[in-house]
Amino acid sequence: MLLEVKELTKIYNVGLLRRKEIIAVKDVSFDVKPEMFLSLVGESGSGKTTTAKIILKLIKPTSGSIIFEGQNIEGINTLKDLRRYWRNVHGIFQDPYASFNPFHKVDRALGQAFTLLEGSNFDKESIINEALREVGLRPEEVLGKYPHELSGGQRQRIMIARCYILKPKLILADEPLSMIDASTRAGILKLFSKLRDEHKTSVIFITHDLGLAYYVSDEILIMYKGSIVERGPPHEIIEKPQAQYTKRLVEDVPLLYKKWSGF
Amino acid sequence: MPILETKGVKAYYSTPLGYIRAVDGIDLTLEKGVILGLAGESGCGKSTLVNTLMMNVRPPLRFIEGTIILDGKEISSMDRSMLKKNVWGVLVSLVPQSALNALMPTQRITDLVKDVVMHHMNVSEQEVVSMAKKRFEELNLEVDTLYRYPHELSGGMKQRVVIAISTLLNPKLLIVDEPTSALDVSTQKQVLKMLVDLKRAKIIESMIFVTHDIAVLRQIANWITIMYAGKIVESGLADDMLNHPKHPYTFSLVNAVVTPEPEVRNRGLASLPGEPPNLLDPPKGCRFNPRCPNAMEICRAKEPHLEEKSNRLVACHLVFP
Repeated sequence: MLLEVKELTKIYNVGLLRRKEIIAVKDVSFDVKPEMFLSLVGESGSGKTTTAKIILKLIKPTSGSIIFEGQNIEGINTLKDLRRYWRNVHGIFQDPYASFNPFHKVDRALGQAFTLLEGSNFDKESIINEALREVGLRPEEVLGKYPHELSGGQRQRIMIARCYILKPKLILADEPLSMIDASTRAGILKLFSKLRDEHKTSVIFITHDLGLAYYVSDEILIMYKGSIVERGPPHEIIEKPQAQYTKRLVEDVPLLYKKWSGF
Repeated sequence: MPILETKGVKAYYSTPLGYIRAVDGIDLTLEKGVILGLAGESGCGKSTLVNTLMMNVRPPLRFIEGTIILDGKEISSMDRSMLKKNVWGVLVSLVPQSALNALMPTQRITDLVKDVVMHHMNVSEQEVVSMAKKRFEELNLEVDTLYRYPHELSGGMKQRVVIAISTLLNPKLLIVDEPTSALDVSTQKQVLKMLVDLKRAKIIESMIFVTHDIAVLRQIANWITIMYAGKIVESGLADDMLNHPKHPYTFSLVNAVVTPEPEVRNRGLASLPGEPPNLLDPPKGCRFNPRCPNAMEICRAKEPHLEEKSNRLVACHLVFP
């Protein structure tokens, strides 16, 4: 097993005078096998992003554990170990603009990927060019430019190009398409499947869009109010949803060839 | 008489590098009672167009030429004070894309309501509030919401409140710019339902709905207009157009839709390659030609114009040789 998420719970304490507990994630467990494409689907506030942050070791869970390749990530404490972990478990986030330093050219974001790699004798230029071509960008079109000079789709493609340099074992993509134009979403989604097919990378794809998850996933987990309410292969989730929440979610997705009743 | 009719409307952004031709010769007719879906990629000029349609044009955006007739009145020749008094909020209301963040954080919703209504009508504060209460009840919104601060409301609730307030004065035309793009699907459906209800209750007569999500348009629009690089490339009846797109750009937009249904699964995932052109210096001929899979010699040389055939308008040399 590549990654095991065991009975994860995260409780936030909020409020100064009247302390209140907010349960963001409640008893979440799932496994990610090598080469698996797993989607975590749910509405805003369902605990998807909190789960992702715990897996990336950006926040600590209240209870439960994350086991990566047999090792509990709680034991990762030095910066060196953390870097090695992030090299293997790579995060891609919603707003590609926020992932760049606006004062530096995009070349730097790509070059920095090499600092996570072991060794030092890289032909950086040709590796970068190759990675950009893999994600459907022409190096001469994007290199030497500042992040604001590129479209959201181009910026997100560059973040994925970093995966071609790092070759992580697991990519954790948190709503990577929600700020991307609808007409380019499918193209970027395909890049994740391509990484899985060509480099055996596992993917955890976090989204509120059941349509996107339906195409690429081996398994879909439906999250609602911090818990997993249903899990299964995509066609079963869409065709035979069991949980009340899943049924509503499936009904609420706008379709291209069928109209909602009452509209 | 149509509710809105435009002829040759051009609005450019003036920059030190030259004009950005975001709205470049738009002829648009919107019949009464129609929900028009305006779609296209980010940066194609959709938002600029809807702002121009109600003459909300401020520097660096400049109105270059053209006529806009709204409900029989030529608003393209009116000045700002006249528009504020007689057009905006009364004949046409726009809910802009950033409306969710435009609410004043220190003001209750009632304050906003008073602001909007008392600008146009000579009524007391109590009358305004009772008017708003009545309308909120009509739209199944909790009346309590009126006394809340914006941060106390969820994204979907804020959007519904903004739409309810924008339509308090029963404008004939409501324009909503990407109202659901930041919302999850269940909240999106509630907002869309409310928009349809507004029209059914005859609070508004017609609507322009701006989005890049074609599947949403299928649910609510009767008529669809597709924009590319500042121009209209295709216009037609919603169902007919989505089932049989004629312009290659419309075709690829429809093909890029990813929804969980058999028809879409069978055709597989497709997306439009390339990036939209720079509107400082748009391509010669048809603006779509650098990305068009069917581009011919003539497409690079001559600009196609919108032509009509059986209730469909298309600007393409392939369709109208």
